Amino acid sequence: MMQVGRQLPLGRIANHLAVPLLAVGFAFIALVASANGLAQSRATGRMLAEGPSMAAPMGPADARHLLGRIGMGPTLGEVDAYARLSRGEAVGRLLAEARTAAGAAPPAWVNEPVTPQRSLRDAPVEQRRAFQQQEVSRGFELRAWWLGEMLATASPLTERMTLFWHNHFTSSQQKVRFTQLMYRQNQLLREHALGNFATLLHAVSRDPAMVIYLDNASNRRDKPNENFAREVMELFTLGEGHYGETDIREAARAFTGWSIDPETAAFRWRPFIHDTGEKIVLGRRGNFDGDAVLDILLEQPQAAQWIIGKLWREFVAPDFDRVDDRAEVARIARVFRDSRYDIRVALRELLLSEAFWADDNRATLVKSPVDFVVGTLRQFDVRVSDAMPFALVTAGLGQNLFSPPNVKGWPGGEAWINSATLLSRKQFVERLFRGDEMRRAGAGAEPGMADGEMREGVRREGAGQAGPAAQFRARLRRVADETRFDGTTWFRRLEDSSPVAGMKNTTRVSQDLLLERFVLAGAPANAVPEGVVGRERLRMLTLDPAYQLK
Amino acid sequence: MNRAPHNRNDLSARREFLRRAMAMSAVPVMGSIAPGLSVLYTGGAAAAAGGTEATTSGADYGRLLILVELKGGNDGLNTLVPFADPAYASLRPRIAQRREDLLHISEREGLHPSLAALQPLWQGGELALIRGVGYPRPNLSHFRSIEIWDTASASEEYLAQGWVARAFAAHAVPRAFAADGVVIGSGEAGPLSGGGRVVTLASTEQFLRQARLATPGRARGSRALEHVLKVEGDIAQAAATLGGGEFLKTQMPEGPFGNAVRNAAQVLAGRGNVAAMRLTLNGFDTHQNQPGIHANLLKQLGDGLSALKGALVELGRWDSTLVLTYSEFGRRVQENGSNGTDHGTANVHFALGGKVRGGLYGEAPRLDRLEDGNLVHVVDFRSLCATALQRWWRIEPASVLGGRFAQLDLLKV
Repeated sequence: MMQVGRQLPLGRIANHLAVPLLAVGFAFIALVASANGLAQSRATGRMLAEGPSMAAPMGPADARHLLGRIGMGPTLGEVDAYARLSRGEAVGRLLAEARTAAGAAPPAWVNEPVTPQRSLRDAPVEQRRAFQQQEVSRGFELRAWWLGEMLATASPLTERMTLFWHNHFTSSQQKVRFTQLMYRQNQLLREHALGNFATLLHAVSRDPAMVIYLDNASNRRDKPNENFAREVMELFTLGEGHYGETDIREAARAFTGWSIDPETAAFRWRPFIHDTGEKIVLGRRGNFDGDAVLDILLEQPQAAQWIIGKLWREFVAPDFDRVDDRAEVARIARVFRDSRYDIRVALRELLLSEAFWADDNRATLVKSPVDFVVGTLRQFDVRVSDAMPFALVTAGLGQNLFSPPNVKGWPGGEAWINSATLLSRKQFVERLFRGDEMRRAGAGAEPGMADGEMREGVRREGAGQAGPAAQFRARLRRVADETRFDGTTWFRRLEDSSPVAGMKNTTRVSQDLLLERFVLAGAPANAVPEGVVGRERLRMLTLDPAYQLK
Repeated sequence: MNRAPHNRNDLSARREFLRRAMAMSAVPVMGSIAPGLSVLYTGGAAAAAGGTEATTSGADYGRLLILVELKGGNDGLNTLVPFADPAYASLRPRIAQRREDLLHISEREGLHPSLAALQPLWQGGELALIRGVGYPRPNLSHFRSIEIWDTASASEEYLAQGWVARAFAAHAVPRAFAADGVVIGSGEAGPLSGGGRVVTLASTEQFLRQARLATPGRARGSRALEHVLKVEGDIAQAAATLGGGEFLKTQMPEGPFGNAVRNAAQVLAGRGNVAAMRLTLNGFDTHQNQPGIHANLLKQLGDGLSALKGALVELGRWDSTLVLTYSEFGRRVQENGSNGTDHGTANVHFALGGKVRGGLYGEAPRLDRLEDGNLVHVVDFRSLCATALQRWWRIEPASVLGGRFAQLDLLKV
């Protein structure tokens, strides 16, 4: 059993704190005061919450904001622990403690050698079908493994950044097919998730899944394939408008020869199909190979700007159209570039920027399906023995892990929410809090948007009456049956958590408000009537439009 | 066959349309748009809109426009094959379609055999094939090029709103309609994006079942919150009248596109009306091993469009529906080294419907006059938008499209 929501060694963190308790209390008072409507003024509330300096404990409101953005759903325990830290300490700790490997053991087959392409091509049709079937079910296992890691991880920032890079350096199982390669790419992204962007770019460009996904395996001197050369500029480093069609054609020649071994699917350099002629890329002339072109791209100041802009939209706000914000993005981009692309440096600057903490930027980002599903399960301590059905739910909501819709990744933001996905999200929390068994949680995957293969896979799996299909259905049913929100325990933990415990004697109304502030990142669109309590109150809060935001 | 702009701003047609629009909206429609909240729509559509002068004036939204996106860039040269041109086979030694397999539609061109289901439409004069559709200074990026198509912009022009959404903004869809548009099979609204009441669904039945969970509200907040609130409101209104109608006998093909067509038909079977729909068929980015993949996609497309006609005929909507396909680009004329094709430019597209004047439009591809290995377009895709706006919806297209584009005479209206 994975246990969700108690990952942080709270005692240890608390013991390490050299923070005056008084200051902690002060921050709680700020939250309670504003919850009571006593501190209506934003400025006052903020001053109290922030304390006089970055060194003061930030309090639960800030902790919730930080964890909602960089974590995988703020849990009661995390909010409690982080509230005692100052902003600087919290960010420092998150960055310092971020892991580079997953905690959960991957499925056993990830280290098996891949089936050689040639033997597949010549195999009889039943054998090819069996292979396809195997990869589909391994795909489910892989999604379940990653989602399980997100649920249980002690390093949520690592998973968030791995997902960020998965959406940046996209590859899809639909094209790559060999599920081991998707796993290995995921491992690579995790290893460098908070490492160095230049190193990551070079590594991922030779990553077998990427070489297959963007067709570089068939990019040859006599027949160049431009797919990788185009996307490495348009999506991975520069963005449109910062290169020309000629640059793409020339760069494609430089990447010829970066291929994979047909037997092992390992990266293989094939000098005999490499174009050794002179190329001109972004004004530079030379006999470039792929690495040289990547270095030319990294020399462009636009590369840092491009990455920081994307991280800004991931963590800070949906845009940086304001003059101040543009200047801040440019400043952080310079720092990032000067650090030679140290991702931790970029994140520290972003998370400690004024914009990150600004009231106006809170509750302005739309939760992704992963945020929504993993966040809900973590936020309400729902224990899950098998994450696979929830991977189907995120797929149904438009985020099928290991299978982004195209090389540009998931468009995200407001595009996550349309009538179909919004209703499916609501159905998910409705079932959780109404106390219905989640039997049909997997059915939340049915409405899947633009995710043909997953649905097809489920359909194919579900077509038979026995064998793998029946096992698959039984697995969904078992998880659905055992997935419950334990309201009694959760509400007891809520009452024991320091913000609430500190106000035992205050009114019901302010306790309701504290609950609201833990559940929602911003004010609800529809006030929950007074007198609606417990599970029903949670149900109504999670059905509120504001629950879609972080 | 790129005709001169059809300059009919003819008053009698306009009056006739207005008369019909009034007749349509004079029928009171009772709909429960949210639990416990009933709304009586009555009188002129603008009155029901509650204030803003929604000028449904010029527009005939009783005519439905269904856009079918062939996502990834369909290979037009292997869809409508110029078999008589020897350059075709020589540029595509591995992936060329064999002349004897094609469904010949002229001395020189034939449809891919997987499109057999469209043959009756072609023979019945209800299928138009528009060749050489593209735009000047083509962009070969999927994302940028589909953005150009979706927003009907020029190659270097960046517009935020889809072209259909702009039409709706300029000429409002009657409020009594269940929604302005319905999007099926994709999370993105494409030409319908950036405003309007657009409902996205994957399954009509499920949409109707879940709609009670919508919680519309009036709070102010971030742009993101306002977006969520708008979607909540759109759901509530659409669910009141869409779908739930008669049972259709038309057999729907298996597969994702067949599903999209089935759901589209179910949406239309209710008493609520919509002005536009968009369906998506994914997977046309055939860089590798194209022949089998493409044949499968075209089969889904042909069978799906044929079933769509069947359903529309059953619903009595075939004569008031125009179906148009579109795609971000065609593909490179010369095959690549992976048994596939890279991104290209000009492409062939389909128009079908009971009022379509079937036949060949545009010009056959000139394989001897390539630019950077790509076809040169002869019909600007905005001509198709202009044709749909003016001749189908009776909207003056220049203001929506930001310019005048020659229209095609492909409608019998």
